[in-house]
Amino acid sequence: MTKWEYAPAPEATEIVSVKDTYGNYIGGEFVEPNSNEYFKTINPATEEVLSAVPVADESDVDKAVSAARKAFGTWSSMAPGDRAKFVYRIARVIQERAREMAVLETMNGGKPIKESRDIDIPLAAAHFFYYAGWADKLEYAFPGRRAEPLGVAAQVIPWNFPMLMLAWKIAPAIATGNTVVLKPAETTPLTALMFAEICEQVGLPPGVVNIINGAGATGAALVKHPDVDKVAFTGSTEVGKMIQRELAGTHKKLTLELGGKAANVIFEDAPLDQAVEGIVNGIFFNQGQVCCAGSRLLVQESVAEHLLDKLKRRLATLRLGDPLDKNTDIGAINSRAQLDKIKRLVGVGVEEGAELFQPACDIPERGFWFPPTIFTGVSQSHRIAQEEIFGPVLSVMTFRTEDEAVEKANNTPYGLSAGIWTEKGSRILWMADRLRAGVVWANTFNRFDPASPFGGFKESGFGREGGRHGLEAYVKLVAP
Amino acid sequence: MTERVEVLKTYKLYLGGDFPRSESGRSYEVTGAGGEFLANAARASRKDIRDAVKAARKAWPGWAAATAYNRGQVLYRVAEMMETRRGDLEAEVARVEGDASEQVDAAIDTFVYYAGWTDKITQVMGGLNPVAGPYFNITAPEPTGVVGIVASEEPSLTALCSRIAPAMCGGNASIVLASERYPLPAIALAECLATADVPGGVVNILTGHKNELVPVLASHLDVDAIDITGVTGDQRTEVEAAAAENVKRVITASDVRGPHEVTAFMDMKTVWHPKGR
Repeated sequence: MTKWEYAPAPEATEIVSVKDTYGNYIGGEFVEPNSNEYFKTINPATEEVLSAVPVADESDVDKAVSAARKAFGTWSSMAPGDRAKFVYRIARVIQERAREMAVLETMNGGKPIKESRDIDIPLAAAHFFYYAGWADKLEYAFPGRRAEPLGVAAQVIPWNFPMLMLAWKIAPAIATGNTVVLKPAETTPLTALMFAEICEQVGLPPGVVNIINGAGATGAALVKHPDVDKVAFTGSTEVGKMIQRELAGTHKKLTLELGGKAANVIFEDAPLDQAVEGIVNGIFFNQGQVCCAGSRLLVQESVAEHLLDKLKRRLATLRLGDPLDKNTDIGAINSRAQLDKIKRLVGVGVEEGAELFQPACDIPERGFWFPPTIFTGVSQSHRIAQEEIFGPVLSVMTFRTEDEAVEKANNTPYGLSAGIWTEKGSRILWMADRLRAGVVWANTFNRFDPASPFGGFKESGFGREGGRHGLEAYVKLVAP
Repeated sequence: MTERVEVLKTYKLYLGGDFPRSESGRSYEVTGAGGEFLANAARASRKDIRDAVKAARKAWPGWAAATAYNRGQVLYRVAEMMETRRGDLEAEVARVEGDASEQVDAAIDTFVYYAGWTDKITQVMGGLNPVAGPYFNITAPEPTGVVGIVASEEPSLTALCSRIAPAMCGGNASIVLASERYPLPAIALAECLATADVPGGVVNILTGHKNELVPVLASHLDVDAIDITGVTGDQRTEVEAAAAENVKRVITASDVRGPHEVTAFMDMKTVWHPKGR
């Protein structure tokens, strides 16, 4: 029988125009940094330099916070219906420029175009559309209380969903009347800078949205700035704890969306073929660089062997390669640093005695890549069962009873998400009650929606993003 | 005829449903408004805090899993017991703060108020989410777990009840540090809780020196949230920094009672399921 090969189907990049250098976006214009320092941002799939982006130092941060403070008065006192219209305009322009933005997201971050095109960018637009409508309905959101904006929000976001995380942060903040200073991750600044252009296109008043660039030092300067009223951070639990410590005694309102080590629990009566797709989506979506990734597979002993056979067969069909190719399933790892971390933890897994499985797959010569990986024979004390790897690496464990599944699923300091696969409705609800996680996916995994609150239990953070609950992170509740 | 010799009460801790002395064997002197000796209150130790956290962790799953109706009845029963023993509560409050009757009224009514929220909080604060796809998607508040409460120094009784009641209402187990200056009303309250069907360990009340105890509670890794309403000044910075070690939720009371006071002690859980044939 002839094996049919996929022909290359790369998305055209001509649609995207990237400038050679950018400024920080402060007070409605792109300005050169006081620091005079720039860093190169690359395409992680090719290591090709895309642009140079400024490093904001403390004085640049100060300038951005001042611009946001200056804009706060008029923005917060604008008729809520008018504020809504600006946010709606943003949603519409993201939709209009969706393809361009998706291609840029993939070029700068390494994620498969089918994900940035079908998930990241449409969801980002939907998020703005959703929160736009809340701007003039806040009196219905908090029973018995009146909601007031906080002031200037400092927002620090990660590189795994650059544009979507920007939307999760900025949409509820500005809809409720706050102004923002946002710092995108240092490896993925470009869609945020494109977003700054969109703010100009929609005529958003200067200073309502400010975007500054840089790495950890810039983020630290931003969250420490004394004129900031609110800090929202998405990233690692380690950095989240540092921020929480830093903010002690400051009265800044804080929300944290941190790491995870989600259990995806498969019962023997689960629809196994669907479960395999759910497992693959759970851990290989965005190369597993997802805080809520289903990185621990808990499978009932009676079906473990059968399920693993299916899973391994499925892994062999995943296509790793050019993220811009429409048929690519596994794109590039976001950065060399992240790739090194994945390699290090996979090495630990092997040393600790877990059994490694990787399908045969060609790794491109340039860029940062890691093949889909499964560890079996993992015990709960193994580091690969406890620590967030943030890569395409699945740790497989088994269980016999529901109680054991719950016990094992909850046995980490994290509590962001969890998955349940079974045909038995009562068991789903029983499990969902007991899993200590902010998001529980039953017979599905990694679904997101602007109307659906997202956030963690335990050391995965606090506060919610999405839905009515997501408003609370950006308001002060006072007596009516 | 000689006057009867009054039987004096030993004021102890309320821990795991029992009334033990501090394991450290220590106590401290409590004086009245005029500086007169009232009693020796137990002076809890670090070890008492750790024991209380253990008791709370053990009691928590049962309390969290109790039906909202059941939890509501237990909170209401607390109000009943307080009403029955209001003479005792008033006497304890009166000898340290003077005017007592209004404070006791307010404290009892706080329990009645939050008793009624247990079975309404989920509907008012949760909801069905209209996601853009064939999914059933629902969000509901769940108890945060084991929470530390540092109540304000005064008013000794209402400051305590206005924090204990919403935490209980939300299905949490708590470790409560009572007013250091006025600890005796807290122990009178503990006696109401103990006789009100509150499962042992769901509320644990410790008396002692806040400077010594608050940091232990704030840095304990099996405490999921800390209410710092009664933490003042510089200690707030220290406590908030210690809370970061395990990403504790840091809570302060607002000036309006209501469902948000309860959800401050809760985390939202969202559950998805596909719709299909």
